[in-house]
Amino acid sequence: MDGLLHLINLCWGFMAVHEVVRSLFVAICALVFMLTIVLVVIWMERKVAADIQSRIGVIRTGGPFCFLLQSLADALKLLLKEDLRPTGADRWPFYIAPYLVFLPAFMAYLILPFSATWIPQNLKIGILFYSAISSVPVLGIVMAGWASNNKWSLFGGMRAAAQLISYELPLAMAILAIVLLHGTLETSAIVQDQWHHWWLMLITLPSFLIFLTAGLAEVSRTPFDLPEAESELVSGFNTEYSGMRFATFFLAEFSASFFISALAVTLFLGGWSLWGVDTWCAANIFHLDVSQWNVAIPATIPFLMKVCWFGIFMVKSFLVLWILMWIKWTLPRLRIDQVLNFGWKVLLPLGLLNLLVMSVVGLYMRPIEPKMAISLNAPVSLPTSDSHAILPATANFRLPAAAKSRIPHPPAAPSAHPSVRQPDGHGRQ
Amino acid sequence: MLRDFRLPEFDAPPVELPELEQAHDTTIVSMGPQHPSTHGVLRLMLKMDGETVIKLAPVIGYLHRGTEKLAEHRTYTMIIPYTDRLDYLSSMYMNMGYVLAVEKLLGIEPPPRARYLRTAVAELQRLASHLIWLGTFALDLGAATMFIYPFRERETILDLFERLCGARMTYNYFRFGGVMADCPPNWIQEVHAYLHEQEVRLKEYEAVLTKNPIFLARTQRVGYISGKDAIDYGLSGPSLRGSGVHFDVRKDDPYEAYGEVDFNVATDNAGDCYARYLVRLEEMRQSIRIVRQCLEKMEDGEVQTKLPRAIKPPVGEAYVRVEAPRGNFGVFVVSDGGPMPVRVRFRSPSFANLSALDHMCRGMKLADVIAILGSIDIVLGEVDR
Repeated sequence: MDGLLHLINLCWGFMAVHEVVRSLFVAICALVFMLTIVLVVIWMERKVAADIQSRIGVIRTGGPFCFLLQSLADALKLLLKEDLRPTGADRWPFYIAPYLVFLPAFMAYLILPFSATWIPQNLKIGILFYSAISSVPVLGIVMAGWASNNKWSLFGGMRAAAQLISYELPLAMAILAIVLLHGTLETSAIVQDQWHHWWLMLITLPSFLIFLTAGLAEVSRTPFDLPEAESELVSGFNTEYSGMRFATFFLAEFSASFFISALAVTLFLGGWSLWGVDTWCAANIFHLDVSQWNVAIPATIPFLMKVCWFGIFMVKSFLVLWILMWIKWTLPRLRIDQVLNFGWKVLLPLGLLNLLVMSVVGLYMRPIEPKMAISLNAPVSLPTSDSHAILPATANFRLPAAAKSRIPHPPAAPSAHPSVRQPDGHGRQ
Repeated sequence: MLRDFRLPEFDAPPVELPELEQAHDTTIVSMGPQHPSTHGVLRLMLKMDGETVIKLAPVIGYLHRGTEKLAEHRTYTMIIPYTDRLDYLSSMYMNMGYVLAVEKLLGIEPPPRARYLRTAVAELQRLASHLIWLGTFALDLGAATMFIYPFRERETILDLFERLCGARMTYNYFRFGGVMADCPPNWIQEVHAYLHEQEVRLKEYEAVLTKNPIFLARTQRVGYISGKDAIDYGLSGPSLRGSGVHFDVRKDDPYEAYGEVDFNVATDNAGDCYARYLVRLEEMRQSIRIVRQCLEKMEDGEVQTKLPRAIKPPVGEAYVRVEAPRGNFGVFVVSDGGPMPVRVRFRSPSFANLSALDHMCRGMKLADVIAILGSIDIVLGEVDR
């Protein structure tokens, strides 16, 4: 008992009250943001589909708001519908499954840098966190498939298990290549790096394509929508769900679709930045003093600029999402054996090859500048000619080989790393 | 505790599924009659090993309306609307088969204008039917957008038919010795305009599907049936011609104006879903050719021969076969000289085509069953009658 009290005391000490309040606030904001986004994404999906199919799309609810309220009305309808549980369903797995799918989809939003300093939780393990929690929905889907006591659901669940696990690997490979190149797991640092080096986008193009393909499979969109292939499995794992539980699956799915686009933008397309064009415009057109801008110190950046960056991020994300929709409404669906073959025999080898190339690129072709080490955790002033300092806060989380060899003019340090590591890399090449 | 609402016999397969292949573990799945891709109220009992189909048995009869029995208690003219409901996606052709059989009994011929009009309308119907097939087939494979495009063009045909006879689905357009009405003014120009647009649209469909790697992967080497097996199972129509058998009633036993128009019979040797897809697309192009020729050759004149009010064919029997969009549609009519037929029998192509489904599906995946079922293009109204 004493031990427990001691532990609580200890925790309380670490977790200051304002931290708790802030976390709660951030969580609620993220939830509201996510729900809003999902409503918009559903509306967009319907409008894009309608456009591609030469129809008009939603035209009933919410006229003054571009019919955006239709999604809201649908959500309300689902909320009010009866929550059915089929006879013979496995009660608790059936009830829990939707939330097990929904929760990771929501939690993933924590690591999205929406703007220069706007990130729900700047985790140092950033992208690793996503890789970890993105495996959880599989469990929920398999549970839903199993618990429904329906053979179609079971097929859907089993397909989902096979597919999602297979495509996690290529996805992780694509992400790993980016981590190697940028030398950090922090999503915010990755974006800042791309802010300063727009050309990185060209190098990461293969990774981007692999990520997008595997991402399509991860969020089960056509041509990989096998877990819920409606023309084969009726509705797949969610066949027996109705009302709010179905809505939860639906919500998670659309939220994941947006997230995968936003993550693609974050990792490959420069996130909230406009690859330096934004700062150039601010400096040369609006005559702002850019040199004082420090992402580590939010107060130095004008609020309006942050809003602009947020807008850029959203526009980019929706553009990528539009591509996903375009693909979805054009292509037929693959078969399960083809999906798995493609994942293991094409995408994974490609991912590994890409990883190999990117590690070489990351080691030797990457001109590193100290300013890219800026992060929220590591306050540092922006470029000064003499600064070689990489602050330990992020440096700790860099992969040693990449990070150390990147310092352009290492002072005569006792560390022999750069000279030792380089031949290694050449040998591999 | 909730009551178990399922009847004890619910899970038992209604048909015998003999053990064919010793698999480690099998599931019996009932697909339909409420299922998005069984094209109506078809039920498939699938014996599956994981996702692989070991054995399949179609269960039919959910749409049985006893058309043949009803026909025994109706006058000859009253039966025509019933034929509309057989293959409701190609009602004109169903009309045609029955009307031709009774005309054979009566020994009458429609006037030339009616003959051309009938042929043109029948080929437009084939176009409409193949368009629906294309859309639903693409939807079965997961391409939702390709479902909409053909339906858009089919709408034009329905509008044309509506102007012609007042109905969009169940036309009741054919009459013994002619057709219900001559085409309205400007109708022929509208058909020409439509045909021109359809040619362009066909290229669009092909751009979306024909060379799409996913579409190829889903249709090539899926649902193979050899030419010999196809004949043994009594397949007809595009399903038969997709297996390389050069048989088309329009060419081999011409009726109406088919002997006077120039067209090719589309065949493909591959025998898989993709071959059937290619054959149907080619047939659509040929249909456009036929309609154009018919409209050009059509001259002014009567569209209906004079007939007595009460149709009483002489004692005898007549069998007529026509090449409906789904295959060889046969009508057998027996008359005892009275106002009502003694027996009317329909040989429906979908029924025969469906019987080969098991043969094509064994060893395939669950998703392939959907693709194969889509590719043989059945209409349950015709299977169950």
